[in-house]
Amino acid sequence: MTTRRKQLLTVAVLIAVSTVLVYLLLAQIYQLPVSASAEAQSIDTMFTAHFIIIAFLFSLVAVFVLYSVFRFRRQEGDDADGTHFHGNTTLEILWTIVPLVMVVAFGVWGAFVLNDITEARPNEMVVNVTGQRFVWSFEYPDYPDVGPTQELVLPVDQPVRLRMNSIDVLHSFWVPEFRVKQDLVPGQETNLLVTPSETGDYQVRCAEICGGGHHSMRAPVQVVSQSEFDQWVQEQTVSLANLSPAERGEQWYTEFGCNGCHSVDGSDGVGPTWLGLLGRQEQFDDGSTATADEAYIRESILMPNAKVVSGYPQGVMPGDYEERFAARESELAEQGIEVDILAELIAYIQTLEE
Amino acid sequence: MALLYHILSTGLMRGLVGQLIGTLAGAGLILALQEQSFRESPEGPMVFGGIVGVLTFLLFAGAFTDWIKWGQGKETHMVHGAPEHKPSWWRYFSVDYNHKVIGIQYAVAGVAVLLIGGLLAIIFRLELTYPGLQFLSEDTYNTLFSAHGIIMIVSILLGVGAMVNYLVPIMVGAKDMAFPRLNAFSFWIAVPCAVLLLAGIFIGGWDTGWVGYPTLSTTTTLIGVNFFLLGFWIFGFSSIAGAINAIVTTFTMRARGMSLFRMPIFVWGALAANLIQFTATQAVGLALMMVIAQRTLGLGFFDPAGGGDPILYQHLFWFYSHPVVYVFVLPGLGVISELLPVFSRKPLFGYRWIALSSVAIALVGFLVWAHHMFVSGMDDSLRVPFMMATLLVAVPTGVKFFSWIGTMWEGKLTFPTPMLFVLGAISVFLIGGLTGPILGTIPTDMHLHDSYWVVGHFHATMFGGFVFPFFAALYYWYPKVTGRMYNERLGKLHFWLMTPGFWLMSLGQMRIGLMGMRRRIADYDPALGIEFTHFLITFAGLVIGWSVLIMVYNLVSSARSAEVAEPNPWGSRSPEWQIPSPIPEMNYETPFEVVGSPYDYGLPDSTYVRMAPGAGD
Repeated sequence: MTTRRKQLLTVAVLIAVSTVLVYLLLAQIYQLPVSASAEAQSIDTMFTAHFIIIAFLFSLVAVFVLYSVFRFRRQEGDDADGTHFHGNTTLEILWTIVPLVMVVAFGVWGAFVLNDITEARPNEMVVNVTGQRFVWSFEYPDYPDVGPTQELVLPVDQPVRLRMNSIDVLHSFWVPEFRVKQDLVPGQETNLLVTPSETGDYQVRCAEICGGGHHSMRAPVQVVSQSEFDQWVQEQTVSLANLSPAERGEQWYTEFGCNGCHSVDGSDGVGPTWLGLLGRQEQFDDGSTATADEAYIRESILMPNAKVVSGYPQGVMPGDYEERFAARESELAEQGIEVDILAELIAYIQTLEE
Repeated sequence: MALLYHILSTGLMRGLVGQLIGTLAGAGLILALQEQSFRESPEGPMVFGGIVGVLTFLLFAGAFTDWIKWGQGKETHMVHGAPEHKPSWWRYFSVDYNHKVIGIQYAVAGVAVLLIGGLLAIIFRLELTYPGLQFLSEDTYNTLFSAHGIIMIVSILLGVGAMVNYLVPIMVGAKDMAFPRLNAFSFWIAVPCAVLLLAGIFIGGWDTGWVGYPTLSTTTTLIGVNFFLLGFWIFGFSSIAGAINAIVTTFTMRARGMSLFRMPIFVWGALAANLIQFTATQAVGLALMMVIAQRTLGLGFFDPAGGGDPILYQHLFWFYSHPVVYVFVLPGLGVISELLPVFSRKPLFGYRWIALSSVAIALVGFLVWAHHMFVSGMDDSLRVPFMMATLLVAVPTGVKFFSWIGTMWEGKLTFPTPMLFVLGAISVFLIGGLTGPILGTIPTDMHLHDSYWVVGHFHATMFGGFVFPFFAALYYWYPKVTGRMYNERLGKLHFWLMTPGFWLMSLGQMRIGLMGMRRRIADYDPALGIEFTHFLITFAGLVIGWSVLIMVYNLVSSARSAEVAEPNPWGSRSPEWQIPSPIPEMNYETPFEVVGSPYDYGLPDSTYVRMAPGAGD
């Protein structure tokens, strides 16, 4: 056996050993979150395949380089050059064709998995997802009595089609345990199919930078059994007509995303807290002040940029609440429920005394 | 007194004064007009003032002087050497047409901007050490990471400009670049852009990231975004003009006998990078200009309420911003291929394959931009072809790795600092390369998209493809540029701090990304179990930061006092090493002729170039 053959054989053995070791190390360091959706299973198989290839290719290059570094270092006093050869066309073709076949194989596999996890299911349940800085809200068109909620409750093993919209900037829907992710784009509907497979509590996290409260744009996701889900639907179906105006105001507070920026416990947010708002002296950048009475709150909701309290950003709050309130009011009027959203919000604020 | 006068009379100082005056004058004019009308917004004054400021910078610095004279029909003379009555350092801070001076200007500016961008990263990395917001507000955090992104990109493009400007003419045997005045313009227009970006941090900040996606970028109330968009947009002029110059120089000014396949391999990497820069930059310029127009004039390009489409921006943006990562890495990979034969004492394995793989990467790079948009809502009929094209990039990249192994095999390897950084580059680029295909296959990308996995992958490709090779190049050509040798012990210390530091940082980032850590968040959920890894990442970031400061100290202090270097300390065959250090003003006294192949180490009695008599020492 020539020296070169012996060397290459040593390298091959080292690569094999290294591949196993590196893979074990990767499996230790790189652990995915719990898998909690049907989609996650085929995705996680791809992850494993990728990590095996990574372990092999890393070992292939690293072992060759390290072997060369130790075996082919120049000895003291040796001024000669290395062996003179320019290349090897067979090798070059080989290491072009083999990787080509490999990446095409991965591409085809990826396309099949993609098709598998995005293909429409016959029994999909639809949930409408709305992203607004910095809150999520969910509506269940199959259960019209369930008002917009701030948490996503899903029955286990039920394919869910999330129809997503954003009313301001880009957001992205990501529940790491579900693996799949989809952006929310203002002005167009995007879609995500997910089939929760494990009951439990998770969180949806906004994955696309959306401004000052981006990191806190999270909402609870609960995967429950079908019977628990039915019960939850029952609980949610409280007729608005039976609530007091202030209680309805509390619903509007979350439904219209006020809670994205305004706290009700005095903590600081993107906008001023509502705790103790009524009767508070507010100061503005031009030095003027105003007492927050009903008229002031009314103006601040309908024309948010007319007066902005010192220390808070201009132009963040949407100015279309009048239309959105009107739309919701007429929608409820069709169901025979008369509400006055603005007045009820103010009634709710009245209850928030320090 | 004399020193103060010299400092104030540099083009840089005059330009900065000009920019201040121009910006204030432009902004004042718009403010005065706004007084007369109902429309008041900070956009008009900032955008118009910013544009005027860049122009007055160039005017005051002297970048337009010769062109104005041409316009008036006056003769201009090419001045060679340092100007009279000025200290020797003066020309490096003023408009000068020599490509080596401009190359050094690019390098110094690039490293300076790198330090600023690194400092921003250290600040927000400290914030991320522990969960909870410690000392930054969310808006400040967003400003810092957004600025870090774009400032590092500017730094990398300046670093690429440094290598291309200094090396391409001397490697192809030219006296200078094809268009020396355009060359100076390319560098000097980058300076006011950097000023705008830095000013944006302090004037309002911005929260859009370096990508500036609408509708956040079109509606954000953090007004620093105006300077960000403007600085980014105008910087494109530097890229395009610089690329034209380098392409023309490469194609028309090569020495006798230097066919394309006999060029030093770095020139191939630079050429491929410049072809991308020349053809793709316009797309991002257009996208940024449209956002500026929407903010300033109310045109609804990306506003769904006005019939616009926010996704359109992403296509235009990534049509440039994906290929541009190959602008960052191709010259760096060229440096690896250039240095490995020298320190292995062997021919470059598969020269033609390496050269053509650069071109292949550049071409395929144009067909993959939409992989940045796999979860944006694109139809599968588009997602799948883009997935296939993306995965193809792995093939020519693999060719480079295997050829590097072939180059080292049976060589006689030595390990001075530049070679260590070459090996560090290979190890880090390997990490970056191997963590890419998992982002390329859409099902796995749906989990990893916009997570810290992307942050780790991206930093590994940038460090492996640019930062490590750039540092290798700085050490390798340092004796040629300054005539003195850097401190080898400090160089090795730099390497042994930075390399493990980087592995830890990037492997840690990928780990937390897989576990659910999102990009661009000021605070994270400790429930994910990522707290300790965050601590390690910050620690590693600090080690990298300190190691770079050691390099800066080494390069600055060695320039004055270190021992004088031999003309060819590395025993290279490349033409620039056959002439004295520092290289004479006009490079080669007489043109050389290429008589062999560039990397025939180990072939007795062969040379690459034949110097005409008198050209050497």
